[in-house]
Amino acid sequence: MSNQSPKTLFDKIWSDHLVRQRDDGTSLLYIDRHLVHEVTSPQAFEGLKIANRSVHRPDATIAVADHNVPTINRQNIEDPQSKIQVETLAQNTKEHGIQYFDLMDQRQGIVHIIGPEQGITQPGMTIVCGDSHTSTHGAFGALAFGIGTSEVEHVLATQTIVQNPAKNMRISVNGELPFGVNSKDLILYIIGQIGTAGGTGHVIEYAGSSVQSLSMEARMTICNMSIEAGARAGLISPDQITFDYIKGRPYAPKDSHWDQAVEYWSSLPSDNDAHYDHEIVINSSEIDPMVTWGTSPEDVIAVNGTVPSPDSAKSENKKKSIERSLDYMGLKPGTKMTDIKLDKIFIGSCTNGRIEDLRKVATIVKDKKIASHVQAMIVPGSGLVKKQAEEEGLDTILKDAGFEWREAGCSMCLGMNPDQLKPGERCASTSNRNFEGRQGRGGRTHLMSPELAAASAIKGNIADIRDFS
Amino acid sequence: MDKFTTLQGIAAPLPIVNIDTDMIIPKQFLKTIKRTGLGVSLFYEMRYDTEGKLIEDFVLNTKPYDNSKILVAGDNFGCGSSREHAPWSLKDFGIRCVISTSFADIFYNNCFQNGILPIVVNAEELDRLMSAAGSQLEFNIDLPNQSIQVGNHSINFDIEDHRKERLLQGLDDIGITLGYKEDISSYESNKKTQKPWLFGDL
Ligand code: SF4
Repeated sequence: MSNQSPKTLFDKIWSDHLVRQRDDGTSLLYIDRHLVHEVTSPQAFEGLKIANRSVHRPDATIAVADHNVPTINRQNIEDPQSKIQVETLAQNTKEHGIQYFDLMDQRQGIVHIIGPEQGITQPGMTIVCGDSHTSTHGAFGALAFGIGTSEVEHVLATQTIVQNPAKNMRISVNGELPFGVNSKDLILYIIGQIGTAGGTGHVIEYAGSSVQSLSMEARMTICNMSIEAGARAGLISPDQITFDYIKGRPYAPKDSHWDQAVEYWSSLPSDNDAHYDHEIVINSSEIDPMVTWGTSPEDVIAVNGTVPSPDSAKSENKKKSIERSLDYMGLKPGTKMTDIKLDKIFIGSCTNGRIEDLRKVATIVKDKKIASHVQAMIVPGSGLVKKQAEEEGLDTILKDAGFEWREAGCSMCLGMNPDQLKPGERCASTSNRNFEGRQGRGGRTHLMSPELAAASAIKGNIADIRDFS
Repeated sequence: MDKFTTLQGIAAPLPIVNIDTDMIIPKQFLKTIKRTGLGVSLFYEMRYDTEGKLIEDFVLNTKPYDNSKILVAGDNFGCGSSREHAPWSLKDFGIRCVISTSFADIFYNNCFQNGILPIVVNAEELDRLMSAAGSQLEFNIDLPNQSIQVGNHSINFDIEDHRKERLLQGLDDIGITLGYKEDISSYESNKKTQKPWLFGDL
């Protein structure tokens, strides 16, 4: 490349995908992989049809139904609207020659779980999906971001997207993660620090020794929640851990292409003197196991902390928003987080529905029983995660402890299928959003790591994994 | 796409921060395969009680705000899910302009795809506009001049040229991009040589 000035990982991917500058000053960016699901695509396919346009690269597009799907009986989607949506996706993909994993296919699962699992997600790629948690794929050093349905239509028709460059932000976390602290705590902590609008307009690159030491699955949890920090995308430099994860997966490059790909991937990490518009450095020893108390992911606190008081707010607006959250959550300032009693436990989602997450939960609940007043549910992120867990005997451990063992899908992360909280029910959830009504109208969500959720299931209260035995 | 040039009317005040797209349009309404018909469900859980009856004191349920074309909202409007159902429902309700101190990126983009103008103002101006909205003053939004006029107070706002142009002309983005078809093909043939592993079938 002729441009010798030091570049970030983001800059490199960007310049490598720039088709050209449009006359209006925007950039036309080439898209390597387009992931499609049933909720945000029907109107896009309809738009194509109306304008008599075709799909430019069906071979670079892959589809799966995940948001609406039942996690108990696969044969029959009872909700007629959900059923239509899933059938519409099947029909549209068939018409346009797009690969589709149907509900009976073991490869079916949450779109952000199956991309990496199948080796579709690779470093240096641009990946889009009509879903905000597309940021997950950034864990591989791919520029991956969520788009709206009109943009889905644009990508289907042209394999490009219209963009303006983002700003670069680097968040470095250094040091060994303390006992009981993992990648979910790390990202919740970051969101607590910078706020849900902290990353707006930026792509966040996560760096530092704590991040580099993490497995791919743990890295995905971090990048997944970049969107909760307001960022357009999250990125982590690809390294040997990344390459080892991809190698041998169904859609990974093979033979000579593999060597070529690895050579390219190895050139991607940010140059030493690359410029960042914003830098944050965190020492991992500051981080505790984290849990949310309110209705925004930034409403987060150490699990051994107490529910904050509106009086602690710095502004009148913030004070009002704390009051509103506490009212919705049914919590009183000063209550110890670990005194909060739970009704439901949800383990799953594209944040924490992978095999490592299920292994951690199984280790914690082995030979124990969940508290008698809680209902606990495990929803594997994909059919293959489920199969793997069953081969390892995790399902037996989990069922023996009292967990329900479900089929793959988004499930109670957003409750578009029958898995929902009832008004007033309180849930420990490994998902990513604690918005009002997210898991069901009037439902109260506490976001946390799989370890904390597992320990909380046993205790029946929010539990600090560090005190758990 | 519908054009946007100027807009007059009262504005509904919604002084809540971090209004997410789940609040704008909850999940049960995402099951549609159409872009229209979502207006009645806009802000569903704030607008209707559990029996589906209108909550009388919610701003969009009160006169004259039930006919608002403009919304003034707290910081970080439209965060969360990428669902374009959010701008679809706003538009279907009749709202063509949202004013806040900041918008989440995806929501902001989605607005322009649907002929909705999101305007960013500073915190001080937001407070002022919020109370003007509360007093039912008439807002005049002028996109060509990039101004909001309320009574004898006038504010200018920033907007990127290309976005402004697209709203003013109601341009179809896909149509514009298809004009660059040859650039896309030559990019693809280059990359097939440089990065052949990206061109296998999925
Ligand atoms: S698991 Fe939740 S966050 Fe992830 S894609 Fe599904 S609904 Fe979205």
